[in-house]
Amino acid sequence: MLKVRIIPTLLWKGFGLVKGVGFDSWRRVGSVIPAIKVYNTRDVDELILVDITATQNNEEPDHHSVRDFAEDCFVPFTVGGGIRHVEQIRRLLRSGADKVSINSANFEGQELVGQAAREFGAQCIVASIDARRMDDGSYRCFSHAGTKDTGHDPASWAKQMEGSGAGEILITSIERDGTMQGYDLQLVESVVRAVNLPVIASGGAGNYEHMRQAIQDAGASAVAAASIFHFTEQTPAEAKIALKAHGIAVRETFPG
Amino acid sequence: MSIAIIDYGMGNLHSVAGALHALGSNCSIASSPDQIQSATHIILPGVGGFSECVANLDAGGWREPLRTAALCHGKPFLGICVGMQMLADFGEEGGQTPGLGLIPGKVTHLDTQGCTLRIPHVGWNSLYITASDEPIVEGIPSSTDFYFVHSYAFEAANPDQQLAHAEYGVPLCAMVGAGKIFGTQFHPEKSSRAGARLLQNFVSLM
Repeated sequence: MLKVRIIPTLLWKGFGLVKGVGFDSWRRVGSVIPAIKVYNTRDVDELILVDITATQNNEEPDHHSVRDFAEDCFVPFTVGGGIRHVEQIRRLLRSGADKVSINSANFEGQELVGQAAREFGAQCIVASIDARRMDDGSYRCFSHAGTKDTGHDPASWAKQMEGSGAGEILITSIERDGTMQGYDLQLVESVVRAVNLPVIASGGAGNYEHMRQAIQDAGASAVAAASIFHFTEQTPAEAKIALKAHGIAVRETFPG
Repeated sequence: MSIAIIDYGMGNLHSVAGALHALGSNCSIASSPDQIQSATHIILPGVGGFSECVANLDAGGWREPLRTAALCHGKPFLGICVGMQMLADFGEEGGQTPGLGLIPGKVTHLDTQGCTLRIPHVGWNSLYITASDEPIVEGIPSSTDFYFVHSYAFEAANPDQQLAHAEYGVPLCAMVGAGKIFGTQFHPEKSSRAGARLLQNFVSLM
C-alpha cells in the first residue's frame, strides 16, 4: 500500500537555512547540510528544498549546492526556486535532485512544465502553487514568492498544470505559511478535487492533527511542513505514530 | 570490484554514486562505452521519458556495449527506474520505442494497466517479493517500503522474471530479473536503508 509522505521543507538562502512567516520575515534557523544529514539519519520520507535567493533575485538555481546536498541525502528530494529553463532542470536532476518544482515561470507564458515533462517525464515535475485567500473568500495564485497577483484561481490553475504535464501539485497557503495555525483545508481540498495528480499540502502545519486533517479531510497525498520541525519538539517520526493511530498508512523504518 | 554507472545524459548519476560511496563501494561514472570494459558491475540509472532516454542511449553508442556486457560477459547489471524499463523489448512512452531487449516485456502507462488512482505513482510503497531466494533481496523482508516515482511500468512477458511487485490500484511490476540482469522500478539509491541493503546485495554479486 502506498504510504502518506511527511515532507520537511527546507528553505535556503546562501548557506543558511531560513524560515519566514507569510513568505516574509525570514529568520535564520541553521545550516542546510547539517539539517539534511539529520533528516537523512532520521530517515524522513522525502525533503523539499527551496532556494530563496534564486527566487528573489532571479538567479540561476544553485546546482552546485544541490550536488553537495545529494551527497548526504539518500531519500528523495525536490528542488525549487528560480527555475526558468529546461537546461536548469537538466543540471538540477543530474546534480541529484529527484524532482524539481516550478512556480513563477508557469505564469510567464512559458511552456516549461510541458517541455520538461516531455524531456524528463511528468514524474519529476512538480507544479508549485502559492495561493492567498481573498477578502471575498475566493482564492488567488500569487507568483514571484507571493508578490504578484496572477489573477488565476488555484484549482483551475492546478488543472491547467495537470494538462501541461505536471506530475504533482504542491499547494501552499501564503497566509498560513509559518503561522502553525493549520493547513488551509478548503484550499487544499479544492485542488485535490480539481486534479488526478498527487497533491502535497503546505503552509500552516502546527501539530499532527493538522496533518491528519490535510490527509483525511482534504485528501492530500502528502504533507509538507517546516516551522513545526524547526521551532517545536515535534518530529516527522512522531507525526507518523500519531497518523498511524488514525488509520493512515505510513512508512515504517527499515531496521537495517 | 568496480561499478560503472552509465552516464548517457539522463540519469540521477550523483545520487546513485553517493549511495554507493556511502556503502564503501568503488564506483565510477562511465561517460563513454569504452569505460565499461574494466567494470565488474553495471548500473543503468534513469530519470526521464522512455523514448528520450533510449534516444540518448543510442546517440552515445551504448546499446551494443551494454548488451554485450550483460549477455556475453555476464556482468551483474542493474537498471533503475527508466533504466529498468529500458531492459524491455519496447516502451510506449513518447511513441513506441525499442528498448534494450534484455528482459522480454513491454512498458506501458499505468492507466492502460487498469490503474485508476492518481498518477504518477509517487511515494513509498510495499515491495512484495516473490523471488525471496534471490541473493539481491537477501535480508529484505517482503512488504518493506521502497520509493517509487513513475507513470509507466514494466509488463514482464515471462512471469518468472518478475521478482517483486507493488500494489497501486493494480499489481505493478516492481522488480525484474533474468540471470544477473536486474531492474527495479523503485529507486534503491533513494530508498534509505532498505535501498542501501539492496545495492549492497547487488554489488556483492559475482
